[in-house]
Amino acid sequence: MAILPITSVSSATKEMASWRTSKPVIEYSKCTRCEICWKFCPDVAIDLVIDPDLKSPSDRFKTLEAPVIDYNHCKGCGICAAECPFGAIEMVREEV
Amino acid sequence: MPLSIPREEYMLPGHTACAGCGAALSMRYVLKGMGPKSALAIPACCWSIIPGEFPYTALKIPMLQTPFAAAAAAISGLREGLDAQGKEDYNVLAFAGDGGTADIGLQGLSAAMERGHNVLYVMYDNEAYMNTGIQRSGSTPFGAWTTTTPVGLKRNYKRENKKFVADLMIAQNVPYVATATIAYPEDLSRKVAVAKSIKGPKFIQILSPCPPGWFFNSADTVKISRLAVESKVFPLYESKNGKFALYKPAKTASISDYLSLQGRFGHLREEEVRLIEEAVEKRWSSLLEKEQN
Ligand SMILES: Cc1ncc(C[n+]2csc(CCOP(=O)(O)OP(=O)(O)O)c2C)c(N)n1
Ligand code: SF4
Ligand code: SF4
Ligand SMILES: [Mg+2]
Repeated sequence: MAILPITSVSSATKEMASWRTSKPVIEYSKCTRCEICWKFCPDVAIDLVIDPDLKSPSDRFKTLEAPVIDYNHCKGCGICAAECPFGAIEMVREEV
Repeated sequence: MPLSIPREEYMLPGHTACAGCGAALSMRYVLKGMGPKSALAIPACCWSIIPGEFPYTALKIPMLQTPFAAAAAAISGLREGLDAQGKEDYNVLAFAGDGGTADIGLQGLSAAMERGHNVLYVMYDNEAYMNTGIQRSGSTPFGAWTTTTPVGLKRNYKRENKKFVADLMIAQNVPYVATATIAYPEDLSRKVAVAKSIKGPKFIQILSPCPPGWFFNSADTVKISRLAVESKVFPLYESKNGKFALYKPAKTASISDYLSLQGRFGHLREEEVRLIEEAVEKRWSSLLEKEQN
């Protein structure tokens, strides 16, 4: 028998976008799919997706999973942009 | 690319930690290492509110909220209760702040470790009482500004040295003791996996930089964690059944590199920085000595 929690309504059903003042934008032509941004996101707001339509530095990266920002949950901390070794992520100011 | 840490997430998006919270990364990595068959106790601290207000939860595993001093007592009871029901295959862990560990929870922690329950106690160390507004703890380092060690006309920054709880756990002969920090997720998840493989009490202290409490830009959380290790301010080590191993960083950084990014140290003068450097060197040498013996 499993241990039953009192509640299991996922916090992922909440919207966190209003916490943000700037948002990360990935320039896929620079992204080597190293997944370092995914690894360091404190909000689990980067999904890994295979999408051959996304740009990449060369065709051999197209079959790999690419990071895609989940703007419903990203709080705009900027860690992904700071840690990307290829300078592929830029923080862009958002107006309210 | 093959991922360097487990893919599965047990901490969900939509939690209420501040942007760039190091303690959120700590939890994310710890749960990746522990896996789904785990039960968790959290005392009063930032992490008691981060999972979210009822009915939400950001944790995929069951969590018990405990009074401030009681995390270690709670996991002792959880463990024995689960074992009595034949659920020995569940991992039981505490996830507690530095205030709840170095200060009010210390006797409970020491007692639980002495009784030898099969539990993991994780101390996420953001070096002050953050949830209540940045008061100093026993784990706040020398020199830091906090709201209870204020710096104005009078320079009342913290004059006492940091209490290293992991060192205390080694002195108590806890079978597995490690320090870790969020800039090294592979190392952190490996240490959690080692802890999981050992039957008995385990303790891991994770330095978890806090942007609002340490006064730095939220983008720098990982960078500051890395600088803490490279400057030897927060040495990474592991002690398994009395065998002690110290991680020697391949790249080194100066202590000013670490301090200068953080507003909480902004008031320090050159001679005060030198005092910190001396203390860090002294501790590093004593850890090296411990490794050789
Ligand atoms: C007995 C008791 N005293 C005081 C408090 C108020 N309180 C709640 S969280 C907290 C600070 C916790 O600090 P720490 O353990 O370092 O965790 P952090 O908030 O930094 O994550 C305090 C003092 C309490 N809940 N219980
Ligand atoms: S800005 Fe922060 S929260 Fe947003 S995706 Fe990057 S690391 Fe995650
Ligand atoms: S105060 Fe610090 S530790 Fe607490 S949630 Fe915010 S960033 Fe995290
Ligand atoms: Mg704290």
